[in-house]
Amino acid sequence: MSKKVLMLGNEAFARGAYEAGCKVSSAYPGTPSTEISENIIKYDEIYAEWAPNEKVAMEVVIGASMSGVRSLASMKHVGLNVAADPLFTASYIGVNGGMVIIVADDPGLYSSQNEQDTRAVARAAKIPVLEPSDSAEAKEFVKFAFDMSEKYDTPVIIRSTTRLSHSQGLVELEDRIDIEDKPYVRDVTKNVMMPGNAKGRHIVVESRERALIKDSCDFPINTVEYNDTKIGVISSGIPYHYVKEALPEASVLKLGIVNPLPRQLIEDFASKVDTLYIVEELDPIIEEQVKSWGIKAIGKEILTVQGEYSANMLKKAVKGQKLSTDNPANVPGRPPILCPGCPHRSVYSVLKKLKIHAAGDIGCYTLGAVAPLSVVDTTICMGASISSLHGMEKAKGKEYIKDWVAVIGDSTFLHTGVNSLINMVYNKATGTVMILDNSTTGMTGHQEHAATGKTLSGEATYSIDLEKLCQAIGVKNVHVIDAFDTDKLEKALKKAVGLDEITVIIAQSPCVLLDKSPVTKQYVINQDKCKKCGMCMKPGCPSITKKENGDIVINEIMCNGCGLCVEFCRFDAIDGIKVR
Amino acid sequence: METKNIMIVGVGGQGTLLTSRILGALTIQAGYDVKLSEVHGMAQRGGSVVTFVRYGEKVNEPIVEEGQADVLIAFEKLEALRYAHFLKEDGAIIVNEQEIDPMPVVIGAAKYPKNIVEDLSEKHRVYKVDATKEAKELGNSRVFNVIVLGIAAQHMDFTKEDWLKVIEETVPEKTIDINKKAFEVGYNLHR
Repeated sequence: MSKKVLMLGNEAFARGAYEAGCKVSSAYPGTPSTEISENIIKYDEIYAEWAPNEKVAMEVVIGASMSGVRSLASMKHVGLNVAADPLFTASYIGVNGGMVIIVADDPGLYSSQNEQDTRAVARAAKIPVLEPSDSAEAKEFVKFAFDMSEKYDTPVIIRSTTRLSHSQGLVELEDRIDIEDKPYVRDVTKNVMMPGNAKGRHIVVESRERALIKDSCDFPINTVEYNDTKIGVISSGIPYHYVKEALPEASVLKLGIVNPLPRQLIEDFASKVDTLYIVEELDPIIEEQVKSWGIKAIGKEILTVQGEYSANMLKKAVKGQKLSTDNPANVPGRPPILCPGCPHRSVYSVLKKLKIHAAGDIGCYTLGAVAPLSVVDTTICMGASISSLHGMEKAKGKEYIKDWVAVIGDSTFLHTGVNSLINMVYNKATGTVMILDNSTTGMTGHQEHAATGKTLSGEATYSIDLEKLCQAIGVKNVHVIDAFDTDKLEKALKKAVGLDEITVIIAQSPCVLLDKSPVTKQYVINQDKCKKCGMCMKPGCPSITKKENGDIVINEIMCNGCGLCVEFCRFDAIDGIKVR
Repeated sequence: METKNIMIVGVGGQGTLLTSRILGALTIQAGYDVKLSEVHGMAQRGGSVVTFVRYGEKVNEPIVEEGQADVLIAFEKLEALRYAHFLKEDGAIIVNEQEIDPMPVVIGAAKYPKNIVEDLSEKHRVYKVDATKEAKELGNSRVFNVIVLGIAAQHMDFTKEDWLKVIEETVPEKTIDINKKAFEVGYNLHR
């Protein structure tokens, strides 16, 4: 009997890769895609790694495919931008062993800096896109994608979303298919993309698109459900379920392939229904194409291009139903915050004291932008802290950035920040860069990277020395300082921003969540000594709060014992206590 | 049976993911179709988090929508209020009385609402517990969420034995006993 297990969408993607006979996987962590690699590594038959960034991951996977094995890259939507360079040309080269790229979009912006739609990138790259709607399909579509990749000589993108990647559903486990490695055959017209060859391959890409438009009409991953034909809906992915919930009477064309579109299938469906709706989260990618064929349809006129959809939303928008649900209570928001005991808080408290602006980057430390720390001024994309600070200096002169630093995490620095530092050195910049080294990729849930000394599988490996790396690039002033040594940090920072040359300060202390052992030291406020001045609350530690009677207290469940608050108290009113 | 809709809400780091794992395993053991939807990533850093669990004969969408929840399990009082409009009219809400001030309250930009339990009781069936205190009495303040789960169990379709079996299979081995005790504490409250 087959076995059904509950799996996260990302876990099911990994299972699909395993069952499809995939042998190589490369990725850089990024919510909501991270758990794909974390689950692939559980299968001994697949070599899996963390790459320093998505471009590298994509190229590793292209190489594996060229050599003749099935290979998989996974990333979040903005990671695909980093990997866009190899992606667009991989489209021309095609594959030898099947090549699949899983890209997770983030409608609703749960953990991202923008809400871009991967399908738009895929269209530009002329790469087919499949879109599963639950964990069971996630697994099946990966297997279908590998077959399709080899049959049509193309990389295949599977588009996920946060809701799919982070939902669990039942998945039927099957055996791994034994796929024989294909031989490598030298073929420069296919694998060397210089202009003459690329011209030829572009013709191949266009004819592949035409073939897919036709053949995909018969793909079993598309399904048509005819009910009442007054309303017909074209949908795909997670929104399909909202359609079924909100409009159970409607006829539905559920697309498994969303690029290129199976035109004949869509035209047939459209001709059989009175009113056609197109329900897709984010951009009107299907809608605009369908309308361009002269088909009447309703889509973004009544549905948003922002955020996630829901059945209630469709009931209101499509059926005009008034739902008698209560209004949400008017309550204070609860945005994410730096954890109690986070080393970033210590660094930021120093920057705040010195009134230094931070050009920020992507990671937990982005949270330094909000009150009460309010230290981070900018956040763009991975690595941009260093290069944007450089841009400010070149625009307004070195005096202008005397109260600025760039802050970047260790993983982000190795991702793309290192390129930006090279640029600073090369182009004679004078700025100060702080690497907030917490020995992990924090925000995504603690993944290893090239400076942690461990691989994705947990095996020991060479650990890149960030200090030596910066020195090798040509930075003369590199200081490694304990992130909780606020005196030393203050001195180093004052000196660094005053200098007319680059300084890198590596503020080191492991992420407080890395150490899973119980807290042994905590702090309490001695109410007899406390003057209730609130100084200890300045760094914004969530475990310190003011009660209604004015007493300031430290929450004993939350306190991680970092002791940063002690440094802010002028009245010696915070005592350390041993717990356990 | 009609699909049952459960929500688990709280503050990132309070263990909503462990709770949903227990609930997920329980529903499969009972032979239901099930879908769960979780929050990972940035919100897990002290933000407001919500997990949806839906089980029944056939489950389509993975989320619970406004006005549909049968049971709302809240690990924190303010979060109970934030998501109360997701409850059905006759839905049950289990509230841990712990208060964790969100940053707007910490910095004085907002006030933590008063009388939350009283206000919720006007419209809903509310079961409150000071689970942190109860957990401390058991000797491990971290098992508070399993105490809350024990109360919620009164409003779901599984036997006590089912629950204990799944807890045994789901939590780390060293903590099996304390978690089972915690469940019993919750299960026997409000009976």
